[in-house]
Amino acid sequence: MASISGGERAGVEAGAGADRAGAAVASSVSAAACAPLLDVRELQAWYGESHVLHGVTFDVRPGEVVTLLGRNGAGKTTTLKSIMGILPKRKGSVTFQGKELMHAPARYVAREGIAFCPEERGIFSSLDVEENLMLPPQVKPGGMSVEQIFELFPNLKERLSSQGTKLSGGEQQMLAIGRILRTGAKMLLLDEPTEGLAPVIIQQIGATIARLKQEGFTIVLVEQNFRFASTVADRHYVVEQGRVVDMIPNTQLDANIAKIEAYLGV
Amino acid sequence: MFELLGIPPQALFGQLLLGLINGSFYAILSLGLAVIFGLLNIINFAHGAQYMLGAFVAWMLLNYLGVGYWWALILVPLAVGAFGIVLERAMISRLYHLDHLYGLLLTFGLALIIQGLLRNQYGISGLPYSIPPQLSGGQNLGFMFLPNYRGWVVVASLFVCIATWFVIEKTRLGAYLRAATENPTLVGAFGINVPRMITLTYGFGVALAAFAGVLAAPIYSVNPNMGADLIIVVFAVVVIGGMGSILGSIVTGFSLGLVEGLTKVFYPEASSVVIFVIMAIVLLVKPAGLFGRTA
Repeated sequence: MASISGGERAGVEAGAGADRAGAAVASSVSAAACAPLLDVRELQAWYGESHVLHGVTFDVRPGEVVTLLGRNGAGKTTTLKSIMGILPKRKGSVTFQGKELMHAPARYVAREGIAFCPEERGIFSSLDVEENLMLPPQVKPGGMSVEQIFELFPNLKERLSSQGTKLSGGEQQMLAIGRILRTGAKMLLLDEPTEGLAPVIIQQIGATIARLKQEGFTIVLVEQNFRFASTVADRHYVVEQGRVVDMIPNTQLDANIAKIEAYLGV
Repeated sequence: MFELLGIPPQALFGQLLLGLINGSFYAILSLGLAVIFGLLNIINFAHGAQYMLGAFVAWMLLNYLGVGYWWALILVPLAVGAFGIVLERAMISRLYHLDHLYGLLLTFGLALIIQGLLRNQYGISGLPYSIPPQLSGGQNLGFMFLPNYRGWVVVASLFVCIATWFVIEKTRLGAYLRAATENPTLVGAFGINVPRMITLTYGFGVALAAFAGVLAAPIYSVNPNMGADLIIVVFAVVVIGGMGSILGSIVTGFSLGLVEGLTKVFYPEASSVVIFVIMAIVLLVKPAGLFGRTA
């Protein structure tokens, strides 16, 4: 991957358990010079009659890990679902690789190479682990092989014939992430992958995200766990009442701690 | 010859065979209902009419076009299934965002229309459809006489049921189907065309009903009410087996046919209500059905 945004990563401290060797292979192309891979402009969305997003604007450059931070109900999950085309009533613009996706149904968005890992993980109880893993069809060439996924998440290999929902919460999360890595999608939307998990599992997920970044994946991460977000992300967008109200590069995190704590109401 | 509890074995096995035949139809029809309900969340009240339509189309093929039983067994499910696909696209698909009740009303209305049209045209006395020559006659098994065609019906239904079960539970396609039954939104977000899958599933369920109709044509007389009479029992079977359970509907279908047959031998007065009594008990004890998942 030539387009890893290593430029502005200088000085970023390595996160707990995160392998940062990938920064060394980053090309000299600065992140700012890249056209955004995903460009969200004035995105509005509704759940039935209630207007949830009032104009979300942000962009993600190739190879970046970006978080959407914010309180419960701020509209983070809704933003991901709107990008994915899951919410029927939307307005604004979502372009991916220059292509407008605003009026595309979810299956078309997926086929463009965006994969979604929902907050509730979406493991199917009537499918065993292997079937869950193999379920999402390949949408682009170059997805990870099953062997590579097992290398990331060795637990899954031992539980292939278990019912999907018999796995522990952490294993279900690994399965939910693992299965979208097979598809060849290079843009991942991860909705609170650390929610409700033990610290040691959170570390493993963090290491995985760092590894995926190294492999050239671009990731939008919805998080409430700000400490975790700071170990994996390049930039943070703060979402409040259905709008993006601030953007803070991870490099300037220390200077902005007070501000972020105020946003999140910590 | 020996007697069992005062019942001559010919009578006992004869009724058991009849029960097994009825059970075959219960199984195929409730299987189709289960598949449709699982994915579409629609209680397909037109299922009986579609079964009847299968028998009628087989009769029409034979009498108007000279197409025989074996071709009908393939062509009729395709034709009636295609009709189902048109219904789904044109009407049923508009109801998915509404309560179950609307789908039930629509399909019930469709059933009445189909039945009414055929009643107008062909009356209710029933049309004869003869057993294909290859399957006429029967075997003397010593303890009973087995008509070849009836044996064939049991074997063919078992085969279709097991094949359907296999595809749904053991293949990639079936995994898509099961996943979409649980969470169609997420399956769509993986890039799978769920609406098309729903349409084809409905077509397949209808084709199963039509297949049962062709199987039934030589046994029962082909008449516009044959589906309406059967479908009420089949709904009871579905409730007992558990809404949407594939294996449940197959096993329950065959076993309730047998139970009904046995009741005819030992207490004939109860034979027409025994399934509904079982349904009431199952609903009281295990409301999700014997094989139902209470997720």
